[in-house]
Amino acid sequence: MEHINWELVDWSRAQFALTALYHWIFVPLTLGLSFILAIMETIYVKTGDEKWLKMVKFWLKLFGINFAIGVATGIILEFEFGTNWSNYSWFVGDIFGAPLAIEGIMAFFMESTFVAIMFFGWNKVSKKTHLLATWLTAVGTNLSALWILAANGWMQNPIGMHFNPDTMRNEMNNFWDVLFNPVSVNKFIHTINSAYTFAALFVIAVSAWLLLKQKDKLFSKYSMLVASVFGFMAIMITILTGDGSAKQVAKYQPMKLAAMEGLYSGQRGAPLIAIGVATQNGKEKNKEDIAGLEIPYMLSIMAFNDPDAFVPGIKDLVHGNETENIPSYEERIASGKIAIDALAAYKKNKKEGNKEDADKHLITFKEHFKDFGYGYYYGKDPYLLVPPVAISFYSFHTMVILGAWFLLLFILIYYSIMKNKIETKKWLLRLAVISFPLGFIAQETGWITAEVGRQPWVIQDLMPTMIATSHIETSGVMITFFLFFIVFTALLIAETNIMIKAIKKGFNN
Amino acid sequence: MFETLSYENLQIYWWVIISLLGGLLVFLLFVQGGQTLFNKLTDTEDEKTLLVNVMGHKWEFTFTTLVLFGGAAFASFPLFYATSFGGAYWVWYIILFAFIIQAVSYEYRKKKGNLYGSKTWEAFLYINGVLAPILLGIAVSTFFTGSPFSVDKDRIIDLTVSNYDAIISQWATPWYGLDALWDGNNLAFLQNIALGLALFFLARLNALLYFRKMINNQNILKKIKVSLKENTILFLIFFLFWTIRLLFISGYAINPDTLEIVLEPYKYLHNLLANPASLILLLAGVVSVLWGIYLGIFKEENKAFWFSGIGTVLTVMAVFFLTAFNNTAFYPSNFDIQSSLTIANSSSSEYTLITMAYVTLMIPFVLAYIIWAWRVMDKKQMTIKELENEHKY
Repeated sequence: MEHINWELVDWSRAQFALTALYHWIFVPLTLGLSFILAIMETIYVKTGDEKWLKMVKFWLKLFGINFAIGVATGIILEFEFGTNWSNYSWFVGDIFGAPLAIEGIMAFFMESTFVAIMFFGWNKVSKKTHLLATWLTAVGTNLSALWILAANGWMQNPIGMHFNPDTMRNEMNNFWDVLFNPVSVNKFIHTINSAYTFAALFVIAVSAWLLLKQKDKLFSKYSMLVASVFGFMAIMITILTGDGSAKQVAKYQPMKLAAMEGLYSGQRGAPLIAIGVATQNGKEKNKEDIAGLEIPYMLSIMAFNDPDAFVPGIKDLVHGNETENIPSYEERIASGKIAIDALAAYKKNKKEGNKEDADKHLITFKEHFKDFGYGYYYGKDPYLLVPPVAISFYSFHTMVILGAWFLLLFILIYYSIMKNKIETKKWLLRLAVISFPLGFIAQETGWITAEVGRQPWVIQDLMPTMIATSHIETSGVMITFFLFFIVFTALLIAETNIMIKAIKKGFNN
Repeated sequence: MFETLSYENLQIYWWVIISLLGGLLVFLLFVQGGQTLFNKLTDTEDEKTLLVNVMGHKWEFTFTTLVLFGGAAFASFPLFYATSFGGAYWVWYIILFAFIIQAVSYEYRKKKGNLYGSKTWEAFLYINGVLAPILLGIAVSTFFTGSPFSVDKDRIIDLTVSNYDAIISQWATPWYGLDALWDGNNLAFLQNIALGLALFFLARLNALLYFRKMINNQNILKKIKVSLKENTILFLIFFLFWTIRLLFISGYAINPDTLEIVLEPYKYLHNLLANPASLILLLAGVVSVLWGIYLGIFKEENKAFWFSGIGTVLTVMAVFFLTAFNNTAFYPSNFDIQSSLTIANSSSSEYTLITMAYVTLMIPFVLAYIIWAWRVMDKKQMTIKELENEHKY
C-alpha cells in the first residue's frame, strides 16, 4: 500500500465501536431479563400466586423501556458492514452475510412477534399461551445472540471457507464448521452468560434500592432470591468459558493475549499479572513488560494448561523466536506479499490465456495464503500489527476482577436472604446498588478486550482493518459518528430517566 | 433438494425471496403511513392515543422486515450490499436514522420522565413516517434509473495505490446517494421522486384502511373516508406517472453471449411482455390494490386492507422482477455501465445460496406464527377504554 488513509480507517473504527458499545448497554439486559421474566411467570402459572404476577408486571415494564432502545440502537449494526465496511462485505460477505440473514429469519421475528403478545396479550390469550410467548421471546433474543456471535467468532478464527481467486473473495465451503467454530461456541456461551449476570445484577440492584427505601420488601426479596441464584449460575459459566476463551486466544490470536497481559518478552512458566500499571501504547518498540503484582506460572497455565509452557510476548511475535519455533512478522509480511503478487500474476495470465503460468502462480498463492493479510504491510513497520496494549491490558483486567466480585456478591446476597438478614445489612444493599454500574463496565470492557485486542485484524491474518473500509469521505463518517453520539446519548438520558421514574413507583403501581 | 437447482436458478430463487421481502416491507410501511396521520384524523388526545396504539402494536414487524431485508441482501447478493450501502451512504443513513428515532418513540411517548415531551416523540414518528417510504421508494427507483458508481474486484490486490483506492466499489460523486434527487440524465430525478411519493401515499392508503378495520369511532371514521379519497388520487398520479414512464425509458440489458451491458430502448416494456410472471403479478397487484381502495371507500369493508395489502406485495414483486430478470442489470451504473450489478455477478457462491435456500424453508413457519399472533391480537377492535388495562403507548 502506497498511502494509508488512517483518518478514514480510524473514524470508521470509532463509529463501529460507538454503535456496538451503545447497543451493548441494552442488549445484555434484554437477554437476561427475558429469562428472569420467564422464570417468574412460570412460578406464577404453576402456583397461581398473584404476588408473582405483580413481580412479572413490574419487571416487564422495565424490560419494555430497555427493549425499545436496544432495538433502536441495533438496526445500525445490520447495515453498518455495508455502509462503512464495503470492502469487507465483498471479501467475506459470502460467509459473514449468512448468519446475519439467519438471525433475521430465525430470531428477530420470533422476538418481535412474541414480545408484542407479552406486552399486549394479557387479556387476549390464555395464561399458558402468554407464558409460552414469554419463553419464546427469551429464546428469540438469545438466538439472535447466537448468530451474531457465530459471525464474530468466525472473524477471529476464519474456518469453513476457501479463497476463490476468480471472484476475489472468500467463499463458504462448510456451514457447520462456521457455526460450530470452537471460538464461536465458547464466545456465545461466555457472552450470553455474562449478559445473564448483568441482568441479575440489575434485578438485585433495583431490589436493593427499594429495600433501602423500605419499599415493597417482600417483592424485592423474592426478586433478589431469583436473581441471585440465576446470577450465581451465570457467573460460574462465564468464568469457566472465560478460561476457555483465554486458551483459544493463546492458540489462534497470540498477539491479543500478549497485549492483554502487556507481555513484551515471552517466557516459559509465565506469571499472570493480577494488578498492574500499563503505560505502553503498543506501537513503540523496545518497551518492557508491564510490572505489577504477579501470580507465578499462572499465565502459562491459563493459556496452555501447563506451568512450563512458553507464552510468546509481543517481541517474539514481531521478530520471531527460533528456539520456540515462532516465525517473525517480517517473514509473514514477506510471505503475504508473495501471496498477493501471485494472485495478481494468476489473474493477469488467466486473462491473457496463459493457463500453464496461471496455474503455477495459483499454487504459489495457495501456499502463502495463510499470510495473505500481512502482505498489505509490505515496506511498513511490523509494529503496526501490534494492538493498543494499555487498552487491552486494562479492559481485560477490569473484566476479570469485576467477574470475581460478582461471584462473591451473589453468594453473599443469597446467604443473607436465606438467613433472613438481608434487610439489616445496609452495607451489602449499598454494594449491590453500586454493582449495577460495575456490571455495565464489565460488559463493555469484555467487548473492548475482544475487539481492540484483535486489531489490526478485521479477519484474523487475512484482512486488516485498513483495507476493509468503504469509499467514503472521512468527513461523512465524522458527521454520522457525531449524529449517533448525540442521538444515542439523548435517548439514553431519556431512557434512564424513565427507568428511574418507573422504579420509584415500585411494584404496586 | 436445492442441490439439484443450477447456480443460475438458485440466483433466480434468491431474487424471488428478495422481491418477496421487498414486497412485504412496502406493505408493512403502512405503519409509517399511519404515523403521518395521527394529527390529521383526530380531535382529542384520547383519539390520538388510540391511533398511536393501533400502530404501536405493529411497528416491530416493519422494523424487523427492514432488518431482514438488509441481512438477506448481504447473504445472497453481497456485492449489491457492499456497493449500495457503502455508496449511497447518505440515503441509507437517513433511512436508518428515521428508524432509530421510531423504535423508542412509541414506548417513551407517554412515559413519565420522558424529558422531551410527547410532542417530540410524536414528531419523531412523523419524521419516520415521511422519510422512510419516500427514501425507500427513491432507492428502489434507482434500480431502473441507475447510480454513479464503479466496481472492480481486482482493486483490492493493487498494492501500488492507497488503501482508499483499493476499495472494490466506489461512488463517483461526493453526494453518496443524494444524487438520485437531482440526477438530470433522462429526468431520472423525476422518476425517482415519483416512486418515493407513490410509496408515501400508498403507505398512507394502507394505513387508512387498517385504521378503518381496527377502530370504531365515528369521528375518526368520517375523516378516514375523506383522507382515503385524497390519498388515492395522489397515489394514482405518482404511481401511474412512474409506471407508464418506466415502460418508455431505456433499460440496462445484458448481452447473454458477451455479458456486456448495453442500454436498450423500451427494455422494461420488453421485460414485462417477455416474462408472464411479471405481467400477471403486476396486473393482479394493481387490481387488488384498486379493489381494496374501492371496498374501503364505497363498501366500508374490513377486508379492504387485505386486498390492498396483498396487492401491494404483488406489485412490488413485479417491480423487482422487472429490474432483474430477462437479462437485466438490477443495480445499474450510469457512471460506468460495465460496472452494473446483475444477479449473476453480485450473488453469493453456489454453496452459500444452497445453504441459505434451506434456511428459507423456515419462512412458511415464521409466517404461520406471525399470522396466528396477528389474528389473536386483532380479533377485536381497539377502544380507548380497553387501553386503560394494557401496556399503553
